[in-house]
Amino acid sequence: MPSTLPETELHNPQTTKTPLDPHLKALENEAIHIFREVAAEFDKPVMLYSVGKDSSVLLHLARKAFYPGRVPFPLLHVNTGWKFSEMIAFRDETVKKYDLDFIEHINPRGTAENVTPFSHGSALFTDIMKTEGLRQALDAGGFDAAFGGARRDEEASRAKERIYSFRTPEHRWDPRAQRPELWNIYNGMIRKGESVRAFPLSNWTEVDIWRYIQVEDIPLVPLYYAKERPYVERDGMMILAEDPRLELLPGEKVQHGSIRFRTLGDFPLTGAIPSQATNLEEVIAELEIATVSERQGRAIDRDQSGSMEKKKREGYF
Amino acid sequence: MTVSAIAQAAAEASTGSVTAFPANETARVPRDTRPLRLITCGSVDDGKSTLIGRLLWDTKAVKEDQAATLRRDSGKQNDLGLPDFALLLDGLQAEREQGITIDVAYRYFATDKRSFIVADTPGHEQYTRNMATGASTADLAVLLVDARTGLLEQTRRHATIASLMGIKQFVLAVNKFDLVGYDRARFDQISHEFRELALSLGVRQITAIPMSALKGENVVYDGKASMPWYDGQTLVEVLELATVRSAQTVGFRLPVQRVSRPGESFRGYQGTVAGGSVKPGDSVVILPSGMVANVTKIVTFDLVRNAAVAGDAITLVLDRQVDVSRGDMIVSLESKPQTGLAFDAQLVALQSDGIQPGKRYWLKSGSRRQRVTVEPSSQLDLKSGKWSHHTETLAMNAIGKVHLAFDEQAVFDAYEQNRTTGAFILIDPDTNNTVAGGMITAKRSSLSGIHTEDSRVLLSLPADLADQLMATELFSARREEADIRRISAGKAAEVLDGIDG
Ligand SMILES: Nc1nc2c(ncn2[C@@H]2O[C@H](COP(=O)(O)OP(=O)(O)O)[C@@H](O)[C@H]2O)c(=O)[nH]1
Ligand SMILES: [Mg+2]
Repeated sequence: MPSTLPETELHNPQTTKTPLDPHLKALENEAIHIFREVAAEFDKPVMLYSVGKDSSVLLHLARKAFYPGRVPFPLLHVNTGWKFSEMIAFRDETVKKYDLDFIEHINPRGTAENVTPFSHGSALFTDIMKTEGLRQALDAGGFDAAFGGARRDEEASRAKERIYSFRTPEHRWDPRAQRPELWNIYNGMIRKGESVRAFPLSNWTEVDIWRYIQVEDIPLVPLYYAKERPYVERDGMMILAEDPRLELLPGEKVQHGSIRFRTLGDFPLTGAIPSQATNLEEVIAELEIATVSERQGRAIDRDQSGSMEKKKREGYF
Repeated sequence: MTVSAIAQAAAEASTGSVTAFPANETARVPRDTRPLRLITCGSVDDGKSTLIGRLLWDTKAVKEDQAATLRRDSGKQNDLGLPDFALLLDGLQAEREQGITIDVAYRYFATDKRSFIVADTPGHEQYTRNMATGASTADLAVLLVDARTGLLEQTRRHATIASLMGIKQFVLAVNKFDLVGYDRARFDQISHEFRELALSLGVRQITAIPMSALKGENVVYDGKASMPWYDGQTLVEVLELATVRSAQTVGFRLPVQRVSRPGESFRGYQGTVAGGSVKPGDSVVILPSGMVANVTKIVTFDLVRNAAVAGDAITLVLDRQVDVSRGDMIVSLESKPQTGLAFDAQLVALQSDGIQPGKRYWLKSGSRRQRVTVEPSSQLDLKSGKWSHHTETLAMNAIGKVHLAFDEQAVFDAYEQNRTTGAFILIDPDTNNTVAGGMITAKRSSLSGIHTEDSRVLLSLPADLADQLMATELFSARREEADIRRISAGKAAEVLDGIDG
């Protein structure tokens, strides 16, 4: 049977873009391999989509992995209700543009019990809205595998995590009893109720992500690029001041400056950096001289060393 | 890096200062080559985590906030006033509490010349399985020894596992050299001993380096100030020149991960090329069925390609309707892998139940999972490096030879020929845990094959001759068949005199 490519190929930009260098090519190949393996081995996979740059790369790789077919699993956004508005707009546009199956989940306790980052503090808020919210969404969907965009270079306990990260029916991670993971042979055997978190970007660094976004021309939420924006300074962080729910504390005032974000999450918990980098080339140039890691802007990891491990044991990504 | 920067850094290293943190040093973006994967191994406290921490630090892979956390967590610092670099690696709470490495940590750094993925592996015997995990994907092993104690049983164990897993490049780091007064004779003695060990394992690319991981001597910067007599390479120089393995020279292999059928008119086979290369027009065989077809297209998201090589994730389109499903392997017509119901293999037992004779396990290799019965036949004694004549079970962390018997046709290459299609894991159907990592050595022609393990030839040779012979390709390929004893020329003469009467 002589095969012809379906229509989608016609829409595929056969541009003369720069080919990937061997380093990025190897990372891309590995990620595609993981995507295909999980999609083939599990009954009901889902992809965690947080709208950030790592998620954007993850989605791009998923589209590549299954081309010329559709992405064969839904995207899940565990929303907290406190995301930057530009993230939500970008998310909805992306879902439409690529014809994706999409699920949004917000922990109902958020509105029912009025859980906010201001009233509950970052740790408890994250615990309820992200960790508990994620558990609810995974249970509701009956998903046995969930892709995530976590990278081992992000944090010390992540550096220890397998590519197939086994979770109990309670979504717990036991770092002391991880399955050995040899070569690129992944063990996807689980019992009912158990699940696996799969991390195709495990071996990518932050620089790799940015360079890949550049070469592949992957669209991002504009907040990653510097622009004149309103902000307030709080606890040493520059917080975007555009959402009416942000109430100014005594002594605080809205300032204006050219800022951008290295990582995106809940606007009250995510700090901006002063920057003049208005496009990708400039962001990368800034990154290459950056002496501070990207996670510094996140309130969640700063509490104590080992706080990420604790969250992960409880089911956080 | 400029000469003056090196000099400055060396001066810093020797005074033990790490506070000068060049704020505007450009993070290096090399990447004209694939990343080199390496592991550090050796016994507990030999300094593995410290060494990687030092590599990250000196290549500027540690950011300021991470450095601050490190200084804070270091608490009581060592005599030299340096932070505890191991804390950059030992990220689990249990590890920090016990001051040991429990699980593999993967870290990333780069120099101007290339990028690196390094696996820091645990030294404790009980965590050997995690060491094997790190070794399975590595191109090079850095084996550390404490200069004060020299080679330990654990060094031998790790060197053996590393070579078994196909690592052909060893670096011996004679570490904590600052604690033996930078004694050259000590270095010569340990490196000589190690060379013998490595050669006996069939590893021929060996570099020995006197080192202080803590002070950063001969890691990224040289140690000339303390060891003027050493004019060899630093660790990073060796790593920059090491070779990344590639399976491009062998026959084409595509383990099929999934069949893509987005519409009636398209059927493609998706997988990662595990060996050789392929282009449109090539004739291929589908195994185990044996059906033949021709390649019409290689599809990727970016473009329809005119060739694909080992490592590429592709979608292959064939010229006729054939029955292909996940787990099958599409291979070149000219050079096919072995197909059969019985194979010989070596494996490392990874869990406390060990490997039970006659038990039916799941075997996963490439994208194929099938039932297998495992019969252990012999076990490696890590002290002597010799295989036992007979064994029935393999306990946790044991390295053994086994016979594999399948219900359905299995498809493999020898691990020596192809590190992907010759590798497998065993999964215990009762626990679903991964209980062994294995490497195919040969196909068995009959299930009741005769044991031939005992028939090894013993050669006694003068030391220099023995070294030369053990370093040859031929010997390393057939090291199962011969034992070489190294004896001095004088001793050899004695033996001969005895024979002559
Ligand atoms: N003096 C000295 N101490 C070292 C050196 N390398 C490591 N150490 C110390 O040896 C101890 C064990 O190091 P660690 O990296 O945890 O060893 P691992 O168990 O092999 O990972 C720590 O206290 C280190 O500070 C070295 O080159 N010189
Ligand atoms: Mg260690």
